[in-house]
Amino acid sequence: MPEPILVIACGALAREIDALRQRWGWRHLHLKCIDAKLHNRPAAIPGRLREMIRRHRDAYGKIFVAYADCGTAGGIDRVLAEEGAERLEGAHCYEFFAGRERFAALAEAEPGTFYLTDFLTRHFDRFVIEPLGLDRHPELRDAWFGNYRKLVYLSQTVDPALIESAAAAAARLGLEFEHEHCGYGGLETSLAGLIGRSGHGQEDSRLLA
Amino acid sequence: MTTTETIQEEQDFELSELDDNELVEQMHEDLYDGLKEEIVEGASILLERKWSADKVLNEALVEGMRIVGIDFRDGILFVPEVLLAANAMKGGMEILRPLLSETGIKPIGKMVIGTVKGDIHDIGKNLVGMMLEGAGFEVFDIGINNSVEDYFEALEKHQPDILGMSALLTTTMPYMKVVIDEMVKQGIRDDYIVLVGGAPLNEEFGRAVGADAYCRDAAQAADVAPQMVRERRRGVAVNA
Repeated sequence: MPEPILVIACGALAREIDALRQRWGWRHLHLKCIDAKLHNRPAAIPGRLREMIRRHRDAYGKIFVAYADCGTAGGIDRVLAEEGAERLEGAHCYEFFAGRERFAALAEAEPGTFYLTDFLTRHFDRFVIEPLGLDRHPELRDAWFGNYRKLVYLSQTVDPALIESAAAAAARLGLEFEHEHCGYGGLETSLAGLIGRSGHGQEDSRLLA
Repeated sequence: MTTTETIQEEQDFELSELDDNELVEQMHEDLYDGLKEEIVEGASILLERKWSADKVLNEALVEGMRIVGIDFRDGILFVPEVLLAANAMKGGMEILRPLLSETGIKPIGKMVIGTVKGDIHDIGKNLVGMMLEGAGFEVFDIGINNSVEDYFEALEKHQPDILGMSALLTTTMPYMKVVIDEMVKQGIRDDYIVLVGGAPLNEEFGRAVGADAYCRDAAQAADVAPQMVRERRRGVAVNA
């Protein structure tokens, strides 16, 4: 049995990482998650990550952090440099799912774009509507979204029910709707690279080829 | 029945029945609760009682927003509640603004404020603009997605004391440095106080891009801005 690798992930990626683990047979990849709601207070993410890394350091030779910068303005990178761990490339999950170039093109074409992933589509009320107070004060919709023009759903899986939910979310926010299927993008390649570098999991070479 | 009447029934009293101190305290509470119509009504009552627009602004609205700002900073209130409070204050400002301009009182200073290129977020910027207006500034809000050229055009046109730049995204906040570097290059950097703000920024970032100060929130901006303008003017007077 290969030496286990720990991935400390944002809760918003748990389902996706588990899907990849099953798809590629990464049984030695262990997953621990931090509540995705912490994204509403990004300043708290680096400290929580440090705590998790230190708690599990002795049990794992390799720890990987499945976060992007996530609005911490380098805060996560500073912790990872001190603790000797790596993270996913990019500013946020939209960027690593869509790919850097594609995301930059989307943002440049329309800066007023609001993005959803599978996770955010599934939990739209809990992670978008409620934290923004739109459940209690729907009149705030234009204060939050008045400058947005469209909603782009960057999907990881192709699920007609989720596409329908994302379109309904766009309508609720008064935005045009677009769907772009990205799959797991940089999440998949980063994890495959991690497995490859750790020197086991021959099946992973299919991803790296 | 109007909404105001409905809410007043729930409150079970008429604002006009309160004495001045009670009314101002009630307005602080109504501002805290984001009740725009009550704020407009309260401000109108105080004006009818011969309060100056300046006094209504400072004692009822600005002080009320100061309390909101403290509870926001302390994590008691969240952005949705602050937005509602700001909307209520905006209602009050709409009736006070023309009266304030009639008084001919010179503003403490002028500020141009805008969100940087590539960024369309304006909630924080709008709050800062409103709080600075409350603090006696003339505020020129140039909106969202501003390029270097947009900022320079506004500086040239309005000749402000302060340039305020806002960004919500880690991908757009480096643009502040682009603007400040260009100001240095054009030899106009020292003509202005540059304040920066936005959720992912911090003091270290403010220093790194060459701003004069980073403001954590709108309430802090309203404290820092007049202070910096006064210091700057003192400095200019001493050096003259």
